[in-house]
Amino acid sequence: MILIVAEQAGGQLSKSTLEMVTGARELHRDGPVTLLVLGANIAAAAAQAATFADQVLVADRPELAQYDAELWAAATAQIAREGEAHTILIAGDRAGREFSPRVAVKLEAALLEDVIGLRWTGSALVAQRYSFLARVTETVEAKSATAVVTVKPGAFSAAQPAAAAAEQFDVELELPARRLQVTGKAVEKTGRIALADASIVVAGGRGVGSPEAFTAQVEALADKLGAAVGATRAIVDAGWRPYAEQVGQTGKTVQPKLYVAVGISGAVQHLSGMNKSGCIVAINKDADAPIFKVADYGVVGDAAQIVPAMIAAL
Amino acid sequence: MRILTLVRQVPDAEETIRIREGKVDLASSKLVVDTMDEYGIEQALRFREQGLAEEVVAVGVGPTRMQDALRTALAMGADRAIHVQTEVMLDPIALSKVIADLARAEAADLIFSGGQQADWDSHALGAAVAERLNWPQATWTNALELNGSTLKGRHDTDEGSETFELPLPAVVTTQQGLNEPRYPTVPNIMRAKKKEIRAVPLEPSSATPLALVTGSEIQVKARRNKILDGKDAAAAGRQLVELLRNEARVIQ
Repeated sequence: MILIVAEQAGGQLSKSTLEMVTGARELHRDGPVTLLVLGANIAAAAAQAATFADQVLVADRPELAQYDAELWAAATAQIAREGEAHTILIAGDRAGREFSPRVAVKLEAALLEDVIGLRWTGSALVAQRYSFLARVTETVEAKSATAVVTVKPGAFSAAQPAAAAAEQFDVELELPARRLQVTGKAVEKTGRIALADASIVVAGGRGVGSPEAFTAQVEALADKLGAAVGATRAIVDAGWRPYAEQVGQTGKTVQPKLYVAVGISGAVQHLSGMNKSGCIVAINKDADAPIFKVADYGVVGDAAQIVPAMIAAL
Repeated sequence: MRILTLVRQVPDAEETIRIREGKVDLASSKLVVDTMDEYGIEQALRFREQGLAEEVVAVGVGPTRMQDALRTALAMGADRAIHVQTEVMLDPIALSKVIADLARAEAADLIFSGGQQADWDSHALGAAVAERLNWPQATWTNALELNGSTLKGRHDTDEGSETFELPLPAVVTTQQGLNEPRYPTVPNIMRAKKKEIRAVPLEPSSATPLALVTGSEIQVKARRNKILDGKDAAAAGRQLVELLRNEARVIQ
């Protein structure tokens, strides 16, 4: 079977989960497309999962109320073994990226990370992914019968629900004790659309000048466009903006249809997080800034004047 | 307490990446210690300087030139280094077995590894090593403090950030924000030349990749590259909006 580890919050499956269903269907491999739903009080998410998969496995247990890498890995590996899964799909977000390697080790399986394309040749599972700070597109082949795959968010379109619901099965799990204790949580809420979900991103860098200018230019333009706000590492390090807004190697990778870079010079580490965007706009004083090389449209000039002119024209 | 800190050697971020016969060709590229690993080296040194660890051992797996990266770790202050010699490019899951065996032989209590590799863009090595050793893990940490055998810290999550604590032994992956890695000083570079790099050939039986790169290409998206002069800001702003609306059709 193809086993997909579902992600859910508040009774809803994540967008990544629905994208993985599409990826699984397009493989055309043997066995049912199976969604594994892990958590506590997850009946609503499990019912939703039943409209997407061929079967749903549900582990509804209080110990699973909060995500933990070791618990998630143990549960996934056990179900994969019992169900003889040949392909295990896991979302390529922070959580998926940290528990998937443990699943691969438990199963002595290859791990194909952050894939943007996946196909079954009839004898091998072959993935495409970005490497070298997203400058290279690489083809990777799993050399084991079983493969664990993390799927980059946005790599596939979200699946559509079926009219008939598939059957749900409760599963028994042998879970280890939790060793990492979470002692506090800070949820970053901005009121704006999240970077990963945004079709337009307006981002700013050091060239903007100051935190106040960032608000006046980048945030104002983002609000006018209904866009998410992004930032470079330099200004996150400087404390102008929260880490949640950072785009680049050490931050988030985005692929919106429009990316507006304000006062961003275009270091390789930043480009790796946004160079797959549909349309790139750069506004910068320095005509030699590397960002202009990857831009569809650029304006060489003072963002403090150009951005308000854009807002006025919108 | 002994800390192993894993060192990977990657192309300098400003280097041009070349492809030869479907593979990234690094033969003539300038290679450096992966920035993400430097945070781990620095943190290990700080724990030693705080009297919380006795020894910091840098570990690298790769061809002969890997010794340059290990020499950098020694110049930063690591006590000694181990170089596992192989020409085979091992995927993180296969590589984790080599590292775990070494960690057992060295009786390590704590292992640091970079949160994301700048070559394979992989996040997997730390977690895979933790699983091989049946240790807990903390990934993408940006604050750490050690009290006896309890490690406390903070890391980013999908929703924001969280603080945590976990018992040693453990594997910890590191990232930006954790600390400011030190630069090797000239005296320390001189001293590092006398420190031990123990070379261990990798057994061929241990060097079986589970995933193979079968092709690489550099895809450069064609960009329109229309650059406007912004001297007349009002005109440039208007023109840009008009292009986005009617030519690129990405806004309403």
